[in-house]
Amino acid sequence: MTQMTFARAINAGLRKSLENDPKVVLLGEDIGMLGGVFRVTDGLQKDFGTHRVVDTPLAESAIVGTAVGLAYRGYRPVVEIQFDGFVYPAFDQIVSQVAKLHYRTRGAVKMPITIRVPFGGGIGSPEHHSESPEAYFTHTSGLRVVTVSNPQDAYTVIQQAVSCDDPVIYFEPKRRYHDKADVDETADARTAVSMEQARVLTEGTDVTLVAYGPLVKTALDAAAAAADEGISIQVIDLCSLAPVDYDTVVASVRRTGRLVVTHEAGQSGGLGAEVAASITERCFYYLEAAPVRVTGFDIPYPYSKLEMHHLPGLDRILDGVDRTLGRPNSLSGLEG
Amino acid sequence: MSTDEAGQGGAQAQGSAQSTQGTAHGLVQLITPSGERVSHPEFDFWVRDITDEQLCSLFEDMSVIRRIDVEATALQRQGELALWPPLLGQEAAQIGSGRSLRPDDFVFSSYRENGVAYCRGVHLTDLVRVWRGNASAGWDPYTVNMATPQIIIGAQTLHATGYAMGIQNDGADSVAVTYFGDGATSEGDVNEAMVFAASFQVPVVFFCTNNQWAISEPVRLQSHIHLADRATGFGIPSMRVDGNDVLAVMAATRVALDRARRGGGPTFIEAVSYRMGPHTTADDPTRYRDPNELEDWAAKDPISRVAGLLERKGLLTEELQQQVRDKADAVAREMRDGCTTMADPQPLDVFKHVYSTPNSWLDRQQDHYARYLASFGDPAGATLEEGAR
Ligand SMILES: Cc1ncc(C[n+]2csc(CCOP(=O)(O)OP(=O)(O)O)c2C)c(N)n1
Repeated sequence: MTQMTFARAINAGLRKSLENDPKVVLLGEDIGMLGGVFRVTDGLQKDFGTHRVVDTPLAESAIVGTAVGLAYRGYRPVVEIQFDGFVYPAFDQIVSQVAKLHYRTRGAVKMPITIRVPFGGGIGSPEHHSESPEAYFTHTSGLRVVTVSNPQDAYTVIQQAVSCDDPVIYFEPKRRYHDKADVDETADARTAVSMEQARVLTEGTDVTLVAYGPLVKTALDAAAAAADEGISIQVIDLCSLAPVDYDTVVASVRRTGRLVVTHEAGQSGGLGAEVAASITERCFYYLEAAPVRVTGFDIPYPYSKLEMHHLPGLDRILDGVDRTLGRPNSLSGLEG
Repeated sequence: MSTDEAGQGGAQAQGSAQSTQGTAHGLVQLITPSGERVSHPEFDFWVRDITDEQLCSLFEDMSVIRRIDVEATALQRQGELALWPPLLGQEAAQIGSGRSLRPDDFVFSSYRENGVAYCRGVHLTDLVRVWRGNASAGWDPYTVNMATPQIIIGAQTLHATGYAMGIQNDGADSVAVTYFGDGATSEGDVNEAMVFAASFQVPVVFFCTNNQWAISEPVRLQSHIHLADRATGFGIPSMRVDGNDVLAVMAATRVALDRARRGGGPTFIEAVSYRMGPHTTADDPTRYRDPNELEDWAAKDPISRVAGLLERKGLLTEELQQQVRDKADAVAREMRDGCTTMADPQPLDVFKHVYSTPNSWLDRQQDHYARYLASFGDPAGATLEEGAR
């Protein structure tokens, strides 16, 4: 076991991938000499050379578009998009090409591309640096979308993403980059918990609380606070956002009868809506209350002085928990 | 103070716009690094009206924006600003071009053109509003004819081109001017903007500040030819000027503006300069930059260069220097005061201006959030500071 930060754990996972497979190449802006603006690729160019770890010109569409060509040629490109808000210039290549080529060619062409995107807010950044664009990608068939919430998963899941034959969008919760935890670097990614599997993080009997990425820590804090009040919350980290491991969530909700989903992204058309609808379909007769979403608002990500209002915090999550339990809450007395 | 419009009349009188700059990609220089005025057969004409007094005022402007930059960097270090993108070393490029524009021209810039914003008359407090985290936009673009700074690399070049299409449709003689970096020239947007600008021959000036770096990436990673030569491939005439030479920048900008005003279409200017500081206050250039390089460029400093010229002319008096220092002090003080006394935004402000007409989804969310805040008996939401953890 080694204590390492989230960012360091991804770095270690990428290093393993580069060592294990000569076809793995990294592409992105500032990822070489600088080691990325978050230092996630620190030292990799020095050790693997400029042909394996490539500083690219400033052109996101080209970064992803050339990854498509490299994949045609049998490579496994891992591209870094510097910040969430800069993935949009590459959006066309991702949704029109990366996502569809396997289908379009009836499986003849594989697109084992991993697209790493630091995402989410809470670090006081200017606009375009704090977005949660996951729903755009979960809505696109052909893509796998994952996000991790702790250094150990960060380490193994990045390796699983890189070795996956499908394209994977790997969202990194940037406000957790400096969080430290023990990581077992001897863990074999092939036998570790699959990136497709949701993680049950706490045992709980009253409410199922579904979170992913940056809000997993907040959800765990909320569960701890609720426990002080005698409320038992089962926290589930989805890990995979497309596809969602519904079996795990269903099993939990069948026991608790209550569901709260939380994410930073805006509510309408967000992943919370998808989870709430799917669970309602599958668990209708088990539900004691309507599923509740605690999310960001349907607004452009706000300037940093106000971001704490937009981001779901512990108290807002607990308020949502109270709603499912019929306890007094901010919306008490309101209908619909 | 301002040299706005100076020389435009002369330009008109000159008859057919200078036609040879399109391919002349030697570096245009009118003041050497040591401050010697060197003559140039084509470009002297465009700054021949600049009086000693105006030269002094350019020196003042450059000194003031350097001071603004230093002060803002200090404010960031003191925790008053979340981030700041320094322009140290790019004063001549920004003042030389910014002071050449007419009030009815319209600027679309990146985040680094605070000197241009100063020329446009942007209020000092508005300059730091966004970087403090108090707003998404520091000013109303229409009050100063300058769009608020763009963070998405290169996107503004398309906006400028579209604005220029509008100018053309309206039959006006104003010009859209867009500022961007060397790295930006790799983005699809910038290339597409040049295609449109050339196809429609619209009045837009592409002002590329080649400061040699895009965060950690040197310009040679973006291009194997001079950036000015890229424009030629799109059929856009271009110039490569010493970006640390305020007169050369001014001359080139006036050439481009004049061409645009007369219906001659777009021009691309590559101002060759150097970013002496970090990319932003969050960056650490020691990880990727050779300190000798900084030393070489410091010797070409844009401000000491004008100072050198003023000195040769006997104009760099103690009185002038004191006057410039006083002005810079006053401006820095005003900016600091405006920054530190800026009112914090209110929680429910997050819902403002998402739409210009009511939206039922959002209204409901706002109502629920207001109730949530009220449930703490604390409508200001002060207890929520910790909430976002
Ligand atoms: C589309 C997009 N991709 C990436 C970034 C991140 N980024 C911000 S500034 C920058 C470098 C820009 O360099 P350049 O265009 O040369 O301008 P300079 O900052 O040097 O003035 C990068 C990569 C961004 N803001 N937008």
